[in-house]
Amino acid sequence: MSRNGMVDVLIIGSGASGAAVAWSLAETRMRILCLEQGDWMKHADFPSNGHDWEARRYGDFDISPNRRARATDYPINDDASPMKIANFNGVGGGTIFYTAHFPRMHPSDFRVRSLDGVADDWPVDYWTLEPFFAENDRMMGVSGLAGDPGVPSRNPPMPPIPLGKTGMIYARAMNRLGWHWWPSDTTVATTEYDGRAACINVGHCTPGCAQGAKASTDITYWPRALRAGVELRTRCRVREITTNEHGMASGAVYYDADGMERFQPAEVVILACNGIGTPRLLLNSASARFPNGLANSSGLVGRNLMLHPWPQVTGYVEDKVDGSRGPMTCMWSKEFYETDPSRGFVRGYTLQFARGTGPVNEAVTSVAAGRLPWGMDHHRVYRQLLDHRLQIGIACEDLPEEHNGVTLDPVLKDDHGIPAPRIDYTISENTRRMMEHGIARAEQILTEAGASNLYASRTVLNSPGHLLGTARMGNDPERSVVNAWGRCHDVKNLFIVDGSIWVTSGGVNPTSTIQALALYVADSMKQRLATLFD
Amino acid sequence: MSEAALSSAESQSLHRIAGMMIPASAEYDIPGADDRLIFADIVGSFGRDLGDVRTALAALSTLAGGSFADLDEARAASLLEQFLASGSTSTSVLGRVILQCYYRDDRVLRSLGLESRPPFPKGHTLEQGDWSLLDAVRARPKLWRDDRKVLR
Repeated sequence: MSRNGMVDVLIIGSGASGAAVAWSLAETRMRILCLEQGDWMKHADFPSNGHDWEARRYGDFDISPNRRARATDYPINDDASPMKIANFNGVGGGTIFYTAHFPRMHPSDFRVRSLDGVADDWPVDYWTLEPFFAENDRMMGVSGLAGDPGVPSRNPPMPPIPLGKTGMIYARAMNRLGWHWWPSDTTVATTEYDGRAACINVGHCTPGCAQGAKASTDITYWPRALRAGVELRTRCRVREITTNEHGMASGAVYYDADGMERFQPAEVVILACNGIGTPRLLLNSASARFPNGLANSSGLVGRNLMLHPWPQVTGYVEDKVDGSRGPMTCMWSKEFYETDPSRGFVRGYTLQFARGTGPVNEAVTSVAAGRLPWGMDHHRVYRQLLDHRLQIGIACEDLPEEHNGVTLDPVLKDDHGIPAPRIDYTISENTRRMMEHGIARAEQILTEAGASNLYASRTVLNSPGHLLGTARMGNDPERSVVNAWGRCHDVKNLFIVDGSIWVTSGGVNPTSTIQALALYVADSMKQRLATLFD
Repeated sequence: MSEAALSSAESQSLHRIAGMMIPASAEYDIPGADDRLIFADIVGSFGRDLGDVRTALAALSTLAGGSFADLDEARAASLLEQFLASGSTSTSVLGRVILQCYYRDDRVLRSLGLESRPPFPKGHTLEQGDWSLLDAVRARPKLWRDDRKVLR
């Protein structure tokens, strides 16, 4: 096996959190290397450049790694989960393949035990993270509108994305119901921003923005980190973290672009592979000293997986609306976010208001839902659907449960022979009650908006791709994997900065909070450089 | 993927199925999915779906007791309805493969009032909307719980 030169910091994964931590640590002038199993993405290759823009969502830009099956992907056995796993492997990771919806967790999300008597409080709170949220907003470039009574004060650096025809229909309905709504925070640039062009309403934002208006870390954090001296190597798939005779991480074994096995020694290792990749790597790093997987004396590596069940309710109005034109999600509602015991469940959800969809997806989803027939009546019905769609997503918080988790599949392996992850996941009764409550409210809104032909999808296939909780943070080494600033209790030079360290999941898209946490961990490391391993 | 990936019998069956699932319409002045250009796009675009398409066609052939393409109209319609009602994965894939080619055809898109072009680089125009609709929301008290006050 070839051995590379020593680095001070080895980061594994270049997505939302890996990029943020790399950029933040760069100012230390340490030798920092990031290994990424995917490629740099070319914006000219994104689907919206071609006539087959919608079809490619079912092919090389499918959100499921199992179906996408690029050489840079690894398989995931999710047969034992009603929610299928979505991710993306490449420089930028999941930020290449996300809707760019960018809410923050709420203050109450960090205090669920104290406030609502469920799960556990986080060892950090919103107010500790607040400056890192703001820094991340500047780095990613967030569009939004200050003054929202639904969330703590923040000042997005760009104006919000347009309401459009669709947004105004929702807004009027919400005002008639007396319910909260607000234009969403997104990482879609609405003005030129830090070298990024402004959004031109291409739509189809999720599988990569050809305009470059959507923030992904390959165009936000990484150019700055590289200029500051961080090295990023692509097509490097890490097999395991190695440890030395002192029980400290000594580096990583990986396969390079030519398939050669290499050893990368490092003084500090940081995992940024998110809620499935990180526990997979820790479990694959079992040794005589760590027989149950690295950093797993608590037995919690891989447990408490949270995936955010995400029902979607669709309806159709008589007037033509925005369809697939413009960023998909235009508004949120926090009306049902905070706990209200009278609802029959604890915690809550965000309502997300979406525009429509493209001609192919309208047809495919409508056939699947049974509202679009085959045969002679196909054309008449289709014309009542395309560009008439309203759709509300319900971002439900699911609470941590130890039986939901990631283990190593005994049979399935990736192209390098590395055991693949297996997912076992069920939706809890509390979450199911929350989902039904949200579906009923969404139907009420759509009806108020004049929509008919309502249809609720309870678990949308391969959505939303939020992978959280499988190496949770906490102060008690018996009940957590990492401490309050991301360092593994068992291995004091091993850090985790991705969604796996979440204690609970909140009812929001996680990228903003994942990155704020990564910046917070990096800052904590910088504050303690002289005593980092004490 | 070339048309040769399907046998002649499979191709004939698929051609007939496509035309039955999305027939041409004089009312809307649009071709069916069995149109020469659209069908060529379909058989040229299977990619990773080829296996499921062949599975679906084999299932239909079994139902038909032979070549689906040779059935009389009434029998074909009855069997196709039964086949589509099965809800199998391969049936869904077959439908999607047809739809994703049909709804990118220039003539079909024009009939829907859409430009036949990729979304990028031209993009679209989106109206700002009436932001005064927010006035009612601005007047509301805060909804979020401040843990610093609640847990004080």
